Amino acid sequence: MTIDAHPLPNRSLFKLAAAAAPILLVLILVPSLIGTYQLQLAIYGLIAAIAALGFNLLLGYTGLLSFGHSAYFGVGAYSVAFVVAHLGPHSMEFYLLVGIPVVAITSALFGYICVRHTRIFFGILTLAISQVIYSLALKLYWVTGGSDGLRVPRPALFLGLLDFLGPQGFQLFIRSYYYYVLGIFVVCVVLMWVIVHSPFGKALQGIRDNEVRARFLGLRIRRFRWISFLVSGTFTGVAGILWVPLNGLTTPDVLYWTFSGEIVFTALLGGFRNFAGPIVGGIVFTYLKTYAVATTEYWQLLLGVVLVTLVLVLPTGIVGAISQAGQRLGRRNAVT
Amino acid sequence: MTLLKTVNLRKQFGETRACDGLDFVVNKGEFLSLVGSNGAGKTTLVNLISAHLQPDSGQILLEDRDITFTTVAERIKAGIARSFQIVNLFDGLSVFDNVALSVFSREGKTIKMVRLAEHDHDVRRETLEVLGQFGLASKAAALAGGLAQGERKLLDVAVAYALRPRLLFLDEPTSGVSTHEKAQIMDTVSSVVRGGMVTAVIIEHDMDVVFRYSDRIVMMHEGSFLADGTPDEIRANKEVASILLGAPLTA
Repeated sequence: MTIDAHPLPNRSLFKLAAAAAPILLVLILVPSLIGTYQLQLAIYGLIAAIAALGFNLLLGYTGLLSFGHSAYFGVGAYSVAFVVAHLGPHSMEFYLLVGIPVVAITSALFGYICVRHTRIFFGILTLAISQVIYSLALKLYWVTGGSDGLRVPRPALFLGLLDFLGPQGFQLFIRSYYYYVLGIFVVCVVLMWVIVHSPFGKALQGIRDNEVRARFLGLRIRRFRWISFLVSGTFTGVAGILWVPLNGLTTPDVLYWTFSGEIVFTALLGGFRNFAGPIVGGIVFTYLKTYAVATTEYWQLLLGVVLVTLVLVLPTGIVGAISQAGQRLGRRNAVT
Repeated sequence: MTLLKTVNLRKQFGETRACDGLDFVVNKGEFLSLVGSNGAGKTTLVNLISAHLQPDSGQILLEDRDITFTTVAERIKAGIARSFQIVNLFDGLSVFDNVALSVFSREGKTIKMVRLAEHDHDVRRETLEVLGQFGLASKAAALAGGLAQGERKLLDVAVAYALRPRLLFLDEPTSGVSTHEKAQIMDTVSSVVRGGMVTAVIIEHDMDVVFRYSDRIVMMHEGSFLADGTPDEIRANKEVASILLGAPLTA
């Protein structure tokens, strides 16, 4: 039939699996190839990727630039720290069980306020709210430990089946935790892929492209933005929950606006117009920052140069540039 | 039979009376043209009926139901859809998704978050059917932002039509395209709209188009109705002719 002659999206989940399988295989084999320190960096990279993936639902798919996503990352991290301090069991599943609803409720609450505005006003509101949370974390030191933060010991994984108390505990923890985070990362990627290709995701992109027309399709714009915010904040919060046991400590730094800036940077680096952009950005940024900090005292200057170069040379980010180059190559092959 | 009626509808912008107490009637099944010079209040009238603007006073009745204070979403649910004078599409989405989004929205499916849009075969079938009716099936996978102007105008109408309205407002569906394309667009639009038994109100400047496709013509001037009748009646109306030629009314 003529109808099926057009390359409409079809079986896209299958295509995602086919494209992601080799990368996933590499990610599964990585721990046997690299040392503990490098592996630890890889975990940070995956976590940054989850945070940026969540952030980009708002920026890339809903057209809202949040300058306060540190709040959701930080609330995730602090909720775990409070669990450790007040509730007891050092179990990663328990952390997630408590942390996810906390970040979801926080995102819903702040999102409800922020989506009343768009563009720069939205950005400023998200920034203001995140700074309020930062100040609270800093000043309420008897609850949050102030600038010292709160310690989070290594949790047991898989309902206590794996714990890491022995002399080789740290190495073992990193190795196991890598796979743990990788598992959650895969779940997050698949879930986000489905969301952006769902009717809901299409509606978000419609609202992003043309708010007036979206309203004249009968879509309730604010409600969509709110739900998008909620999902976005929750993903970033999950990243915070996963981050804190690895870091062993949470301080108000992860709530500060510069951390929100890093999340924005991450999405720009990878390319916010591509699904894979923030994932690549998260991993690359983690290595870039680690390298920059190790190389020079003025690491922020180095990152600044990267950012300026990025905006001037690769406005669509790493993934955007690669896919454009691919398309150009494909077109040339088609012509010859 | 009356489908839509406005009673003494008023809207003023500063000193300008864009709608000066209009009693506008749309009959079921007709293809009605709203004509008049720029600033006559045609688009304002459509904006009021589609809830893009709130009236200063007056009533809007859809089959005797007062919808004056309902929201855009409620009016769409009641069966009033519109397209736009300046093309209003989702440029970052494919042609297919532009129309599919209308279908999803109408069916209340846009809240589905953990299901792939492409897996909804009913929506897919209906979307392709609508695209086929508008002659856009071969462009389904293209980005809406990359279409030619004529195709964009058609897609704009298709997006509104896919909401399956009872009453469809088309604000200058042929503005900005060549004369040759105008006829093509109007042929397509009128055959789809008539075939689907949809009542249509179009705003149009090209009087050739208006005379050829309309069942009835309503002429506006400075916020009021000046004439109302079949194409033949309007053609014979001297007052209308003088306005159309730009001559002063009092002359």
